[in-house]
Amino acid sequence: MYKYDSYDQKLVDERVAQYRDQTQRFLAGQIPDDEFRALRLRNGLYIQRFAPMLRVSIPYGLLASRQLRMLGHIAREYDKGFGHFTTRQNIQYNWPQLERVPDILADLASVQMHAIQTSGNCIRNITSDHLAGVARDELVDPRPYCELTRQWATFHPEFNWLPRKFKIAFSATTSDRAATKVHDIGVHIIRNDKGELGYAIYVGGGLGRMPMIAHRIRDFLPELDLLSYLEAVLRIYNRLGRRDNIHRARIKVLVKETGPAKFTEMVEAEWALIRDGDLRLQPGDIDIIKSHFDEHPYESDAAADTSFDAMLKSDSGFASFVRRNVHLHRADGYRVVFVSLKPLGGVAGDASAEQLDVLADLADRYSFGEARVTHDQNIVLAEVRQKDVYALWQALCEHGLATPNIGLLTDLICCPGLDYCSLANAGSIGVSQDIADRFESLDYLYDIGDIKIKMSGCMNGCGHHSVGHIGILGVDKHGEEWYQVTLGGSAENDASLGDRTGPAISRANIAEAVERIISVYMEQRQSEDESFLRCYRRIGMPPFKARIYAEPEVTA
Amino acid sequence: MSALLRGHQIATDDYVALADDESGSEGSRVIVSLARWLEQGEALAGRFDQVGVRLPNTVELSTIWAGLASRPLIELDFPAFADGRAYSQARLLRDRYGFSGEIRASGMAVVRDQMQSMARAGIDSFVLRADQDANSCLAALRDFNLAYQPAADRLPIVSALRRSAGP
Ligand code: SF4
Repeated sequence: MYKYDSYDQKLVDERVAQYRDQTQRFLAGQIPDDEFRALRLRNGLYIQRFAPMLRVSIPYGLLASRQLRMLGHIAREYDKGFGHFTTRQNIQYNWPQLERVPDILADLASVQMHAIQTSGNCIRNITSDHLAGVARDELVDPRPYCELTRQWATFHPEFNWLPRKFKIAFSATTSDRAATKVHDIGVHIIRNDKGELGYAIYVGGGLGRMPMIAHRIRDFLPELDLLSYLEAVLRIYNRLGRRDNIHRARIKVLVKETGPAKFTEMVEAEWALIRDGDLRLQPGDIDIIKSHFDEHPYESDAAADTSFDAMLKSDSGFASFVRRNVHLHRADGYRVVFVSLKPLGGVAGDASAEQLDVLADLADRYSFGEARVTHDQNIVLAEVRQKDVYALWQALCEHGLATPNIGLLTDLICCPGLDYCSLANAGSIGVSQDIADRFESLDYLYDIGDIKIKMSGCMNGCGHHSVGHIGILGVDKHGEEWYQVTLGGSAENDASLGDRTGPAISRANIAEAVERIISVYMEQRQSEDESFLRCYRRIGMPPFKARIYAEPEVTA
Repeated sequence: MSALLRGHQIATDDYVALADDESGSEGSRVIVSLARWLEQGEALAGRFDQVGVRLPNTVELSTIWAGLASRPLIELDFPAFADGRAYSQARLLRDRYGFSGEIRASGMAVVRDQMQSMARAGIDSFVLRADQDANSCLAALRDFNLAYQPAADRLPIVSALRRSAGP
């Protein structure tokens, strides 16, 4: 866990006071609506379909147990007993009162949390791999770099009024679990052939109505030049990004319209003028940040345990949980345990106050008091001794948190859609439940294997539909809810955007369409090892298209 | 009536903003548009005591800096509440070009809630939007008492504080 020092705390406390004052002036009629909107958004407060929605920042998805308890407290005290984890490793509350938001922020500040820059046209929460620090394929732990970047971005005086929102993600592994190539800036931590640490920089990726895969604009940036380079990119964007049309204002449009080569040239020219300035990191800076993170004392004899294997053999329920929800840890004798927030019939990413408390207790008992939020809206207890996994699983079962479906079809990503979001064209939660209903059999789900279904209620793409293996996008047709389906998207290292299947599909038929897509895959795959994505890439759209739109017509 | 804040206090404005077709009174201090300055610079400099220049927020500074370097005042424009382009201009003027004259902000964004960022970017005088309370805006310059980023103001910088404390 990154622990605040007195400086971090003071800044967050000053922000609470500033926002309290802004709220009071708004309520007293001293700030016009549209200006308060811009100000409250910079603190994550939206006015949604039924009530305000508050988005709380969880930097790079990392949570301490006392923070989880506080999130539970806020759910109980200010909301209807729930929080909703998002695809950007944040949590949202759907029913807070505008007048009480300053109190919520003060409560959050008491556990080193905030809602700073969780919305608005500024630099948003820095996201990363949910397995950071425990992944076996990791070069270094990316979180200190994320934290450095978070601090640079927090209240940045020059970049608080950008043309549009700006998202930065970090990855330090061979398999990109942070979807970096669909971010405004994706930073890959790498080593060059001399063995020096640094970064490859990708710019201009994004989802939403103009999905794009980012361009690599620098193959290798030395480690100490991170912030000056980010500043150069942001400065070019702040000055030249379009402000005449909200749909063309993201940096991806600037990169596209300028041309990646010319854009790169501009960034490099700007960077050349500032790289030796105040933003250049000093060699000790990264160590200082690292020293704020807890060290976890791993037990050297953890691997000596034999009970884990024994329980695997004797308890088939446990075995299927382990098969899907438990991954290897870089330390021998430890395991990474995924807690599914996608129970059958539940809402993806929702957690009750009680569940948040339970997770806090389990994190304390089994995982050094830490938990992580994933992009797929699940929770990870990442540091569990293998001998504790069984007891942990039993406790999760008791609280409806042990659905063994990580990475399976029912582990789908879904934005809040029409149920909560004022921008939505169509519902997404109900559709996800319909789909889940058709795939109730766990055996069948296991047989289908790894697949990512991603669903958004509108073009804004909060559910990342364009990079879903199966993407589902809600569209409005004459006031009715319809769904545009895409196949073959991916947000990982082989990032690609999905292809449209054809005309949109009605609400009544969308779950059927998904079932048909899966049946084509099951018939066509060469073996169980050929994933849906690979199968699609091999056979292409025609067989899927033929089946989806075959009689009885699903679009009818 | 808009108040002027300068050097952390309420000030009386000794400059007159001239529209392009206004002639202004000889020997006074005026602010003219960039276009007019580029066209009539020498004549204006002879006619007035001091001539400041108002920049559009879209101008690329490197193309015009040579003609601005000797100006006592540069005015930056914030045409809309959420249009932050002039923040970059302010920082470039201070950090890159070493401009030490007055940088003045005017427009829709010159309000309490943006004062401190503007000051951090290097702006040191503010033509407050007409609905703003001057004392409240002055107080806003102290909303935050330290910062993560090095910038043009004198706030203590967190990284420097940490460096001096050691790991
Ligand atoms: S994708 Fe659209 S409907 Fe869904 S949360 Fe985002 S804005 Fe709302």
